[in-house]
Amino acid sequence: MQTFLQIIANGLMLGGLFAIIAVGLTLIFGIVKVVNFAHGEFLMVGMYLTYLLTTGIGVHPYATAAAVVPILFVFGAVTQRLLIQPLMHARDEHIQIFATVGLSTALMNLALLIFGADIANTPNHGLRSQIHLGPVRILEGQLWIFLAAILLVTGLQLFLARTNTGRAIRATAQNRAAARLMGINDRFIYVLTFGIGAACVGFGSALIAPLYPTSPTIGTYFVLIAFVIVVLGGLGSIPGAFFGALIIGLVDALSGFYIGSDLREAVVFGIFLVILILKPSGLFGTRVSQSHVSP
Amino acid sequence: MLEVRNVDAGYGSTVILQDVSLRVEEGEVVTIVGANGAGKTTTLRTVSGLVTPKTGGVFFEGEEISKLQPHDVVDRGITLIPEGRQLFPDMSVRENLLMGAHRRDARGVRSETLEEVLGLFPRLGERLDQHASSLSGGEQQMVAIARGMMARPRLLMFDEPSLGLAPIIVEQVFDVISKVAASGMTVLIVEQNVWHTLKAADRGYVLENGEMVLDDAADALIENDHVRQAYLGI
Repeated sequence: MQTFLQIIANGLMLGGLFAIIAVGLTLIFGIVKVVNFAHGEFLMVGMYLTYLLTTGIGVHPYATAAAVVPILFVFGAVTQRLLIQPLMHARDEHIQIFATVGLSTALMNLALLIFGADIANTPNHGLRSQIHLGPVRILEGQLWIFLAAILLVTGLQLFLARTNTGRAIRATAQNRAAARLMGINDRFIYVLTFGIGAACVGFGSALIAPLYPTSPTIGTYFVLIAFVIVVLGGLGSIPGAFFGALIIGLVDALSGFYIGSDLREAVVFGIFLVILILKPSGLFGTRVSQSHVSP
Repeated sequence: MLEVRNVDAGYGSTVILQDVSLRVEEGEVVTIVGANGAGKTTTLRTVSGLVTPKTGGVFFEGEEISKLQPHDVVDRGITLIPEGRQLFPDMSVRENLLMGAHRRDARGVRSETLEEVLGLFPRLGERLDQHASSLSGGEQQMVAIARGMMARPRLLMFDEPSLGLAPIIVEQVFDVISKVAASGMTVLIVEQNVWHTLKAADRGYVLENGEMVLDDAADALIENDHVRQAYLGI
């Protein structure tokens, strides 16, 4: 029983970490309708920034979020404006996807050039110390990630539901042509949304870097899982990404213990295939908006 | 107030409008009638900035607006109520109406505007928290019109407001348009329902194959032999 509870706790903590990465991905997909294959490399860039700031000026890794979040916001916004937007009227929308794949490879190789293939360890300032929660033990940093994921998901939902800008973002996603007729600058909304999605993963970077060693390919591992989560939760659904992440975290932890740690990913991607076949709209999925056709 | 001057426009290499000119004065209700495919919608889209004229220009209150982005045209005070309603399906009626007031000049006074608009559409007051996609076609058209009015436009354009609606709902839609016009709003309306529209309008234009073939007072157009034969079936 003790072991089982510990596995559940590990799974939930891992789920919180996945959620923080998947939220930005699902936001960008749901609003801009672009599958951002460079999302993992955004995480990698954020983690290197956290590493450089903590080792360079000796601040607490969480404090680096104050710089990493705005930098990633600008990075995402510029990506949309300079890379994705010029391709919006391309004959085939898939060209945007190839562009993000290209960006992903370029960033990975740039990191390899600058930092080499060695891992970079961000000082953890005691975040790897264990704390006891009833019968289970978890790392302090994991608990913060989990709480931050809840905060981020709730904050984003409130922003989209209650603010003028949030409503304008949802309106643009639901019917772009009509949004333009309401006086909404759709291009600005896309740039803003891409920025917010990247800022979310920047926020995650500052939390994840103290627990995981940073390397040029760190993003690849996390982003593949994040894609599974986004599909499981329903493309574009923020609550879906959160609960999908918890489910995948639990599946990962349970299958790692009961089936074998080598087979964890096989189980996760097996589930991915089953969802695609049985319920392609995902757990929280609404119909995919048909209004991405420019008027 | 609005002047479309010798406009050629279309999509890609396809030319739809040829040398189209029209004027709308403040407080007028002007209609463009014509068959399906004549270029009526393209004319409104050109005014809205969704289509950029190849030659000629669109002027609003003396200033050229044909190079502006659609959202800038809305900011100037021109709102288009599009064909086929085009609501935000996963938003409530209230949110749809609030989106209408996104324009800078409308946002600050949107609560007052909402009350005014609901005075004109009492049925929508009972539906504010329903999803727009759960409404009937006629109710959706009312939301679309109310949403357009939420922008407090100086010029309100309607694209085929009666399309796809039952005859009794068509009557209601034209009642509302008449009320909007009576409130002093300048209106440009495009319709295939020629009889109703000419009855509601001050002046009309007849568009055929992308060219303006007639323009006159609405009463005179109803009496015009060509209009009677081609559009009224009399």
